[in-house]
Amino acid sequence: MSVRADNKNPSDAEIEFMRVFSGAVTLRCWIFVAAVSGLLIVGNLPSPLFAQETASQGAAAPASPPAVQPDSTGTHGGAGNDTTVPVADAKAGLTIKDVADRVGKNVISINIVWTLITGFLVMFMQAGFALVETGLCRAKNSAHTMAMNFMIYPLGMLGFYVCGFAFMFGGGGGAPALGTSTAVLDSMCHFQFLGKTFNLIGLKGFFLGPSVYDCGVFALFLFQMVFMDTTATIPTGTMAERWKFSAFVLYGLCIGTIMYPVYGCWVWGGGWLAQLGANFGLGHGTVDFAGSSVVHMQGGVIALIGGWMIGPRLGKYNKDGSINPIPPHSIPMVMLGTFILAFGWFGFNPGSTLAGTDDRIAIVAVNTMMAGTTAALATYLWMVGPRKMKPDPSMLCNGMLAGLVAITAPCAFVNSISACVIGIVAGVLVVEAVFFIDRVLKIDDCVGAISVHGVNGLWGILSLGLFADGTYGAGWNGVGADSYMGVAGKGVTGLFYGDSSQFIAQCIGGLACFTYLAIISFIVFKVTGALSGGLRVSPEDELDGVDLPEMGVAGYSGFAMDKASETPHSH
Amino acid sequence: MKKIEAIIRHFKLEDVKSALVEKGISGMTITEVRGFGRQKGHTEMYRGTEYRVDFVPKVKVEVVVDDAKLHTATAAIVKAAQTGQIGDGKIFVSDLEESVRIRTGETGSDAI
Repeated sequence: MSVRADNKNPSDAEIEFMRVFSGAVTLRCWIFVAAVSGLLIVGNLPSPLFAQETASQGAAAPASPPAVQPDSTGTHGGAGNDTTVPVADAKAGLTIKDVADRVGKNVISINIVWTLITGFLVMFMQAGFALVETGLCRAKNSAHTMAMNFMIYPLGMLGFYVCGFAFMFGGGGGAPALGTSTAVLDSMCHFQFLGKTFNLIGLKGFFLGPSVYDCGVFALFLFQMVFMDTTATIPTGTMAERWKFSAFVLYGLCIGTIMYPVYGCWVWGGGWLAQLGANFGLGHGTVDFAGSSVVHMQGGVIALIGGWMIGPRLGKYNKDGSINPIPPHSIPMVMLGTFILAFGWFGFNPGSTLAGTDDRIAIVAVNTMMAGTTAALATYLWMVGPRKMKPDPSMLCNGMLAGLVAITAPCAFVNSISACVIGIVAGVLVVEAVFFIDRVLKIDDCVGAISVHGVNGLWGILSLGLFADGTYGAGWNGVGADSYMGVAGKGVTGLFYGDSSQFIAQCIGGLACFTYLAIISFIVFKVTGALSGGLRVSPEDELDGVDLPEMGVAGYSGFAMDKASETPHSH
Repeated sequence: MKKIEAIIRHFKLEDVKSALVEKGISGMTITEVRGFGRQKGHTEMYRGTEYRVDFVPKVKVEVVVDDAKLHTATAAIVKAAQTGQIGDGKIFVSDLEESVRIRTGETGSDAI
């Protein structure tokens, strides 16, 4: 017969050698294990000899300090020199004030550590976004999509460092929980109207200069920088597979400088939306705990405008308007990315207390978990039930992310039942939004980012205005520090708990977010498109896949790839 | 000599291989292919929109046999690859002019 797959069989001698050799290795392993076990046992046995020696030493030299013993129980913690309380006045000795100062200092330290660690978790969400977006694209565009998600981290950082942070937080007073004096970030551009002050934009902290060279400010910068980068990486999903890389780079510089920080200042930096409560009695002003609107809706609106301006991928829509779906190249990558994002959200939301000493973090974390999981369940049931579909994994991922986006604003202010309701609504909303944007608006959103972040970001801040139960946030945005609605200690309260003005403040916030971002996105995409000779790659490059023409290397070099099956043909 | 090209379902490859080896046919070449016949593909749904999968993935098995063994081989393939459902595939047979074993230079039936 023509071909025999002739695998070379090992000779008898080789087999004998392998048997002896593996036997020898096994024997050595056993000797090693036995030796280690022996050492461990000897080390743990009570040794009368050792005890006698210690006792005789103690008798001979009673004045010497006690020998430092390993503290396996933790009962002697704090005895080391590095953790003793510093004494202010050596003559007076240790005073209550010294101890109180140290306790206060520890609170700040815990808060800074908490803010940094949760910030690191949020930074890792970049990896999640990269995997989700790349997995949902076609293999021929994978290097390009991954590179956008990669480069947005340094590009966004640059803009935020130069002026974004100053615009957003320069007049917000910083975060007292991080030990920063309110006088450090105190420069706000504002105007007077109707006898009220409207704060527009912060003006201090450019390049993190000497005036803000402060540990608390730097911790705040790190945390807020990775939040900004979350917004920045949302439009790369919607506009993937066709965005010219040079145009994307210019956008990356704009996002951290002028796109993100303005609305951010209005809500988080003490701007006019945050002042709606103090100025006009609208609840606690626009409240957004961790950024349903500040982070996600902003990204969603940029994605909406960008997706509309760049146009659908070639082959997505036929002449009669019917849709050719473009299936993803790696669902496992998408689901891994979603898990990473859901994990990172435990930094995103609980970290937004900026204080590990705020025990509310437990409630925030549970609400985050509840909304994400109930949303994924709701998406599943909605698809297999009313929509009569198979449970498309890409939609299940969108569903979980939608729930997480929606709970981001209200996570600190609602109870667990409300968190579940918010998640369930988000899970259904995201499916319908994907259909609506695909079929009615005909904006080609490769990953569903507009539905996940834009639509559910809006739902997030509105749901806060409905479900906030008043148990948290007393004195938020300077409203009701002593008492609110006649109750001492009452916090942010939504429509269902008796404060309709909070819901109005949330609506104004959503409207302002959409308006500003729509306008600035339109300008930025127009200008960056003009500067780089068009937002979009040539049709030939797009059909070939943008990896080689734009990046010079394929995402999967050496793999056979059937491009004919990847690109639907319009007809 | 004849060349048999059998386009079969992926999960039938192992059965077809064993059946052919059983009949003394020990060499074959396989390729991942895509195509459609009378069935004209099928529809799937992604993100709520139905789409046609016109080219269904299949495996193509190529076997070269002596004329005398042709019937045995095709019968073995049909028996092994059949499920009775639409999409079982097809067998094409063609004449083959020459074959050469590269190692020895043998030609014709000796080289199969």
